[in-house]
Formats: sequence, C-alpha cells, structure tokens
Amino acid sequence: MKQEHAEVIEHQPIQGGYNLLVMHAPGIAPDVRPGQFVHVQVPHLNECVLRRPFSVFKTEGQRLAILYKDVGKGTRTLGNLRPGEGLNLIGPLGRGFPALQEGLYPVLVAGGYGMAALYQTARLLPVKGTAFFGGRTGGDILCVSEFENLGWDVRITTEDGSLGQAGRVTDALDPWMKNELGSREPELFACGPTGMLNAVADRALEQGWTAWISMDTNMGCGVGACLTCVVKVHDGRGGWSWARSCREGPVFECRELFREPANVTNRKSMP
Amino acid sequence: MHVDLSINLGGIRMKNPVMTASGTFGYGPEYADLVNLDTLGAIVVKGICLEPKTGNEPPRTAEVASGMLNAIGLPGPGVDGFVREYMPFLRRHDVPVIVNIWGRTLEEYAEVAARFSDVEGIAGLEINVSCPNIKEGSQVFGTHLDLFRKVLDAVRAATPLPLIPKLAPDVSNIADFARAAEESGANAVSLINSFPAMAIDIKTRKPRLANITGGLSGPAIRPIAVRLVWLAARAVSIPVVGIGGISSPEDALEFLIAGASAVAVGTANFTDPGTAGRVIAGIETYLREAGHQRVDDIVGSLRI
Ligand SMILES: Cc1cc2nc3c(=O)[nH]c(=O)nc-3n(C[C@H](O)[C@H](O)[C@H](O)COP(=O)(O)OP(=O)(O)OC[C@H]3O[C@@H](n4cnc5c(N)ncnc54)[C@H](O)[C@@H]3O)c2cc1C
Ligand SMILES: Cc1cc2nc3c(=O)[nH]c(=O)nc-3n(C[C@H](O)[C@H](O)[C@H](O)COP(=O)(O)O)c2cc1C
Ligand code: FES
Repeated sequence: MKQEHAEVIEHQPIQGGYNLLVMHAPGIAPDVRPGQFVHVQVPHLNECVLRRPFSVFKTEGQRLAILYKDVGKGTRTLGNLRPGEGLNLIGPLGRGFPALQEGLYPVLVAGGYGMAALYQTARLLPVKGTAFFGGRTGGDILCVSEFENLGWDVRITTEDGSLGQAGRVTDALDPWMKNELGSREPELFACGPTGMLNAVADRALEQGWTAWISMDTNMGCGVGACLTCVVKVHDGRGGWSWARSCREGPVFECRELFREPANVTNRKSMP
Repeated sequence: MHVDLSINLGGIRMKNPVMTASGTFGYGPEYADLVNLDTLGAIVVKGICLEPKTGNEPPRTAEVASGMLNAIGLPGPGVDGFVREYMPFLRRHDVPVIVNIWGRTLEEYAEVAARFSDVEGIAGLEINVSCPNIKEGSQVFGTHLDLFRKVLDAVRAATPLPLIPKLAPDVSNIADFARAAEESGANAVSLINSFPAMAIDIKTRKPRLANITGGLSGPAIRPIAVRLVWLAARAVSIPVVGIGGISSPEDALEFLIAGASAVAVGTANFTDPGTAGRVIAGIETYLREAGHQRVDDIVGSLRI
C-alpha cells in the first residue's frame, strides 16, 4: 500500500455517464492485483473529508486506469480533471480476486462498474470462459469488445431489451447453466449490484460451487482503521463476526459471507 | 536556532505535540505502510473495553459538509484481544501508546484500567466518557458531573498510569468538567469528542446512519472545539489536548494558542494520512519563524 500523487494522462467520457481516467501512478500501478481498488482524494472538493473508492480497471506498466460513473458530487468534480493535473491516490487496497482453481471453468458476472472491476481478472485468467453482463439499458454495458478480444464469450442482458437479451443477468445465466455448462464445474467471479451478487451467491451455494463476490460498501479510511465498511462473515463457531470490506474484502467467497433473511449489507438496495 | 518540539504531557514524554485521535487510526498497524509511526507524538488507539464487542450495524458513517457522522459503536477486541493482537507490534515502535478505554459501569472502567496497569508498553490511558454512540452508558458519564467524578475516582484508584479523561462537548459548562478531572487526579484532559448529530436522506426519509444519530467530526466542529479548549485550559493547570477538525498546521496552532499543550488529528487521517506529519513540520516552522525554541512558548499565548 502506498500513497502517491498521480498525474492524469487521459480523461474522457465513454458512455452512459461513465468516464475513463488514466493516470501515471508508478508507485501503485505495478503492484495492483485483479479486483483491488484505489482510494482517491477528489481534488478541489474541500468540503468533502472522505476519499472515494474505485476498482482498478486496467494497469499497463506505470499506468493505472479507472472507469467511473458520475453519481454524485465527488464523481462529478472528478470529471473536471484535465490531463497534466494531479490527484492523490492510496493503493492498491483490499483483497482482490484469486487465481482460477485448476480444472475449473471461469464464469464472470458483472453489472455497473463490475465490468471494469473484472477486466483485469478477465485478462489474467489462464482460461477464458463465459462472461455475463447485465444492465438497465445498453449504455450500462461496458467493455464488451475488450472482453471479446481477450477471448471471452460475452452474454448480455438489459432490462429494457435495448442490447442483448431482455431481462436480468439470471435470465441468461440460468438457461446457460442448464443447457451449455455440461459437465464442467464453474468458478464464479462477480461484481455488481447487491441483487445480482445475491443471485450469484444463491446459485453457487445451492450447487456447491466457488463464487468470489466483490462487495460494495460505504467506506471511510479504506485501509482498515475506521471500521465503517464492515460485512457479516461466518466466525467458524456457528455465529458471525464483522469483516472489513477494505481489508479482508472487497472480494469474499460466498461461503464466507454470513447471510440472514433480512441482512442486506448495502443500504442502497434496501427497500 | 534549534527548535525543541518535545513535550511532557502529564508524565508522557512525546517527541512532538501531535498525536492521532482515537478511532481514526485503528490500533497502529493499519496506517503503518503510509505513516512512519515513530515520527508521531503518540498513538491513541481505538476505544477498548473489557470484552470483545461487535459495534453497530452499517451504515456506520455518513459524509456531511466539512465533516462526517460516525456511529461505529465501539467494536473492539477487548483488553486481552488487544494486548495479544496489537501490543507486540506497538512495542516494536518508538512511540508512546495511549489506550482509549471505556466501560458500561464504574466497575468496568476500573477493571479495564487495572488490567492495563500491568501491560508493558502502555504510556497512558485516555478515558472515553463521551462516546455519543453507546446506549449502555459511556456518554452519561461524560455529561453528568457527579458520575464523571465517580468514574475518574474509580479509575484513578485502579491504576498508576497517566490518565487523560476525554471530555464531551455537549455540556453546559466545560470548565466544571475540566476542574473535576484535575481534582480527581487526572494528568491531562483531552477534548473534544465528536459532537452528537444527525443527518437524514430526504429521498428515503431514513436516517443516514443505522444508529439514527452519530458523532460529528472534521473541520465543521473546529471552531466549537477551539472555544471549548480555550475555556477548559483557562480552568485548569494540567495540560489539555486539543482535538476537533485539525487538518493543517494552522488549525493545530490555533489550538495551541488557545491553551492546548498537544493536539490530536482525527478525521483528517482519512482525507490524508500524511496530515500529522505536515502538522508536525508546520508547527516547527512556525516556532522557528516566530523565534520560539519550545512548544510551551506558544501554549495559551492568545492575545486578548
Ligand atoms: C470497493 C469499491 C469499488 C468501487 N469501484 C467503482 C468503480 O470502479 N467505478 C465506479 O463508478 N464506482 C465505483 N465504486 C462506487 C464509488 O465509490 C461511488 O460511486 C462514489 O464513492 C460516489 O461518490 P460521489 O461523491 O460521486 O457520490 P456521493 O455524493 O457520495 O453520493 C451520491 C449518490 O451516489 C450514491 N453512492 C454513493 N456511493 C455509492 C456506492 N459505493 N455505490 C453505489 N452508489 C453510491 C449515493 O447513495 C448517492 O445517492 C466503488 C465502490 C467500492 C466500495
Ligand atoms: C470513525 C471515528 C471513530 C471514533 N472512535 C472513537 C473512539 O473509539 N473513542 C474516542 O474517544 N473517540 C473516538 N472518535 C472521536 C475522535 O477521537 C475525535 O475526538 C473526534 O473525531 C474529533 O476530532 P476530528 O474532528 O479531528 O476527527 C472517533 C471519531 C471517528 C471519526
Ligand atoms: S473503510 Fe475504514 S475500515 Fe474499511
């Protein structure tokens, strides 16, 4: 983990409110593993005391890129940064996605910025499998050609049917599991909205598969000091304890996560 | 001219007057990749009570204008867990360790203090009687003068360690609490803890914290804290630790001039873990430029 002043190399809107931000971050970029994140101090946002966490989309030598969506004042202010300007990063942070287990077939499930968060995993996995991307509309589906160029079989669903199959990710995933998976055992890697993650975990738990799930929690410090970002995990004695998403996560194996009927760790999806 | 930043805070020798505020710096290892711990005046660890505690449900924090609300709820490993998991790491460093302690009852406060008396490597105890997020007491001890005295007497009788009661900001007369601390044999007082506060999501009409209310910290509370530190420092002769929204050397200097002998950096660690280092360097520069050799030369130097 390092703190460094990175320099913006490239910054451009891509689609659906998402922006690509490429930085020169020589201290951090070479150490990033798939699924890790950086904690970004948004410049010129002096009334905000907290950094903003973003998954690392790509690294290339000393370059580090994030893909972020404009959802509030931090991400909006970030949008004003021009090439040559600096911003302060802490990273790489958290426990990312592990290597593929020998003999298993990799399956990615992504929604929202999950497509960015999984890209580095998709790139490094030795076997290219099937990737399920879901969104509300076509503009939410990112990086399809990048994944296809790596050799992934990408299956798209959108709720409004504007791209790919109409429906949710599970409307593509379930028939695929039934008709196309065959005798292969999958290992799942997922990042997206809580509902999507729960659906992935449900299927993995039912079938006894391994599923790695990247959690989106509120964050304070990002380094394990403030105990903001906690999620419930099994404590090995039949009960639960808190794990810090910024240290022990954000990626958890679905059997580590403690789920109770009413337990929703992400307030954004609460009714 | 040589500037000597070292201070003696009620028996705790510190290289400089800048420490980390409890709850914003974990137990030490969390920031060790980013901050050279040996350069800090002291590390104040997250609140510890007798037994392990789980704390509140999330969401535990919410950002607000120039600050944040927190209702973490004092989760922690308990005395034994803390000593086992973190003291070996902390003992390897050349920095005073101050443990922030709390209890649900007078007896618990005393027992926690007694247990730490025998632990090697602890420089002092900060007594948290002012956490706004615990239903089971804590803040009650910090806002009722008679209970406050009782806690301090019980803790004083239980340990020879330097004691730093941490004062609650939401009392009608802060000087009374500072004086009570001094009379009970406290070696210093620290203030302020976060200010009881609340924020609401107008779309969902739900409180932004699961605990409904929380403690406000960050630059938003600094002027309130400066006033309270000024009032407390005038009332006692034991040293005062100024806390509240410090994110620059200038902020820290305000507290020193108001009468604080030391300061703690809290929420600003989240914004920039390099804050304490910048504050230390900036205090040194200020002293040198003003022709002072020691920190004490400016403590309470307010011109009225
Ligand atoms: C580990 C991790 C990795 C992330 N990676 C990415 C990424 O690669 N790309 C990306 O675009 N975003 C990512 N996020 C989400 C990102 O951190 C938030 O969108 C950002 O903090 C919002 O800041 P803001 O100041 O713009 O919004 P705020 O002004 O703080 O909030 C504005 C609105 O955005 C919503 N919001 C705030 N935080 C989140 C969140 N974490 N998730 C969903 N909605 C939120 C709020 O509820 C509110 O409605 C990640 C989050 C985590 C925890
Ligand atoms: C996330 C968080 C956790 C805290 N935990 C504790 C604690 O365990 N014990 C305590 O005495 N104060 C705790 N505090 C209060 C701080 O130590 C400090 O008094 C307060 O935040 C004001 O300083 P600041 O504005 O610099 O943050 C906590 C504050 C924050 C933001
Ligand atoms: S964000 Fe502070 S502990 Fe995880």
